[in-house]
Amino acid sequence: MSRVEFMQGNTACAEGALAAGCRFFGGYPITPSTEIAEAMARKLPKAGGVFISMEDELASIAAVIGAAWTGTRAMTATSGPGFSLMMENIGYAAMTETPCVIVNIQRGGPSTGQPTRAAQGDMLQCRFGSHGDYSTIAITPNSVQEMFDLTAKAFDLADRFRVPTFLMADEIVGHMRERVTIPDAVEVTRSSPLAEGSLPFEAGDDGIPGFAPFGSGRSVHVTGLTHDERGYPDTTDPEAHDRLVRRLVAKVESARREIADYEVVNPDAETVFVTYGPPSRTVQQVMRDRRDDSIGHLRLRVVWPFPEFALQEFGNAQVFLMPELNMGQMVREVQRHVDQPVVSIPKIGGELQTPAELVQVLEAHR
Amino acid sequence: MRHEVRFSGYGGQGIILSAVILGRAAALYDGKYAVQTQVYGPEARGGASMGQVVIDDEPILYPEVAEPDIFVIMSQQGFEKYGVLAREDAVMLLDSDLVRSRPISRYCGIPATAEAKGTLGREIVANIVMMGALVTATGVVSREAIERAVLDSVPRGTEELNLKALKRGFELGERACNL
Repeated sequence: MSRVEFMQGNTACAEGALAAGCRFFGGYPITPSTEIAEAMARKLPKAGGVFISMEDELASIAAVIGAAWTGTRAMTATSGPGFSLMMENIGYAAMTETPCVIVNIQRGGPSTGQPTRAAQGDMLQCRFGSHGDYSTIAITPNSVQEMFDLTAKAFDLADRFRVPTFLMADEIVGHMRERVTIPDAVEVTRSSPLAEGSLPFEAGDDGIPGFAPFGSGRSVHVTGLTHDERGYPDTTDPEAHDRLVRRLVAKVESARREIADYEVVNPDAETVFVTYGPPSRTVQQVMRDRRDDSIGHLRLRVVWPFPEFALQEFGNAQVFLMPELNMGQMVREVQRHVDQPVVSIPKIGGELQTPAELVQVLEAHR
Repeated sequence: MRHEVRFSGYGGQGIILSAVILGRAAALYDGKYAVQTQVYGPEARGGASMGQVVIDDEPILYPEVAEPDIFVIMSQQGFEKYGVLAREDAVMLLDSDLVRSRPISRYCGIPATAEAKGTLGREIVANIVMMGALVTATGVVSREAIERAVLDSVPRGTEELNLKALKRGFELGERACNL
């Protein structure tokens, strides 16, 4: 029997993590993500897990990476300033192919900015914030139910692709309360184990090596240095670096269609909104109010790897409109994939675009 | 029909909890949809606090409150910050001993804090008295739903006190709110 609750988004995120088998949380509380740490602190010990309040965010993500290498599903939750502090070790997680989940309840930045206000200002940071070339997965919920469902999904993607996976939520979905259905169990996909006779960083066609966490009986050397298939440093050979880093990027990018998760409404429309996270709800409101088939909507639940093929589903599109809670971040990604004009509808300060604001832009572009 | 309910008072009165209880009543016990949000400023105990709920028969898409049609105001500062914005056709319930001003909208004064302190013996249930009056005055959720949501939300051992406060609120609402 599933249970129905009236719950805050951050609490639903913690519930989703627990349902997906997360048994380690290392974190440092920060508004507006703190309720996730609070819920995990209460619930993890009872579930046989470990909660550690770390001294800062550098240590938090380091602890999460360590826990993940014991084969435990592990996560942390933070917001802008803490997210920035995590960047170096996020690169380490990408380089060492560590499955882990990082929740960012985005608030207004830069710096300490607006602790209690919503933003989507870290959408490029979660893709490019650590140094060097790598690829990650980023998910964007727009409701309390999705805070549960997509947190659980993040763990599966992290495990399947052995990649740090981001739940890029924000203060709006983090703090709002809505009805949520919590299932008894969610299906869990774990990393494929390292096959007998395979080297620890040797991958097949999918580019994803089998995972042999510490304690599984295999001896594995883990390093952030460029390494060969055995995991040993090989830092000067151009080919070794090229082979490794291209694989790290390709294992995610070549699976874009498999990872993609989006909704298409009115694919024949000429004017098409592209959204992720809470601005999608304003667009849905406008569409329900106007009942106008000439308006289309592409709502992304996974923004990285970017599913550019989803844009092609709107064969008659004349213009794409993109409301974001930033000064125009993901709009750059849309622009480079289509020939039509792409109009950014940025908003910063912490409030969602209102239906009236979107209608105004809509009228101006048709 | 979409209702937007805004609660305001000072930190410590249970303003946010009131909004959560109302949302819970609508979403879990009345078969409606509800989104509850609140202002997460640096307000401390004693400062102006605000919580709000959108209630609708249809799924709620745009989740923010644009123009509340129902207000519950439990402090003068809360009135000055949020209550003065009430449009003429809105409905306002105010704590008649704590709010000096009166709005341009329809309103009714409920002596919730005095009642909680006096008749019920515990000032802390003033918000529940207001909640009872709100339900009688507006019918935004059913009495059964609000009762269940209150029981879900209050500390063990205080159920009886809170139910008494709620029922007192129903009565005061019937008497004072001829809207």
